[in-house]
Amino acid sequence: MVVGELADEEVDRVFHALADATRRDILRRCIGGEPSVSRLADGYAMSFAAVQKHVAVLERAGLVTKQRRGREQLVRTDHDAVSRARKILDELEATWRGRVDRMADVLAEGRRL
Amino acid sequence: MSIVSIEKDLESLSLVLVAEFGAPVERVWQLWADPRQLERWWGPPSHPATVETHDLSVGGEVGYFMTGPDGERTRGWWRVTAVDPPTSLEFTDGFADDDGTPNPETPTTAVQMRLAEHDGGTRMRLRFAFESREHMEQLERWGAFDVFPQSVGQMDALLSENPPQEAR
Repeated sequence: MVVGELADEEVDRVFHALADATRRDILRRCIGGEPSVSRLADGYAMSFAAVQKHVAVLERAGLVTKQRRGREQLVRTDHDAVSRARKILDELEATWRGRVDRMADVLAEGRRL
Repeated sequence: MSIVSIEKDLESLSLVLVAEFGAPVERVWQLWADPRQLERWWGPPSHPATVETHDLSVGGEVGYFMTGPDGERTRGWWRVTAVDPPTSLEFTDGFADDDGTPNPETPTTAVQMRLAEHDGGTRMRLRFAFESREHMEQLERWGAFDVFPQSVGQMDALLSENPPQEAR
């Protein structure tokens, strides 16, 4: 499989980061906004330190960044998730435009025979 | 002019594509149901597809690989989740290891395909759904779209319109 521009190590880090349900949940919440680590911690039955560790794993995988604002540490997704989602849907669209064109070609050929 | 509309929903992370063909439903169904015809449109010209297994019954699998210009192979599979010939097919589309075994660590996409008679031809509706945003990004990280650079290039111009519906 083609792994794009990511090195194997980076892919491993991403998979490791996403392999945990709490981290996936944290990531989801960061996509919707920019919660602070303490606000994130309020949502889970685990210690602040444990949540902080999860955030650190996501950070190492390049999925989120932390930014200090006053006494708070805000967590946000590393890139604009919506624009990335749009890009991915655009690529899916392009893939299928090509496929539909080829489907039409196969059908047209059948008619000529 | 095959594609009638494309709607992308960034909230539900789905894409719905509607296309029309001047051929009967049974004929369009064969594009999916006949592995030799499927091979002719699934991969782009630079990465032709070879379908090795093809079982369009519920729980059945389709296994294929695409061969790149340097001979490198990209393997994938479908698992059929619902089928009602000749009008409906639903499957999960995913990546496989080099030996063709579905790789459970890689992301999958749910695909729904419907065919209906329309104006003497056939209207095909395809819906793709991603489980979540990170899942979708994972798909991209895995290079799901890397073998389609030409069509991506063509799209750039079309996508300068916003929202990109009825791009043709």
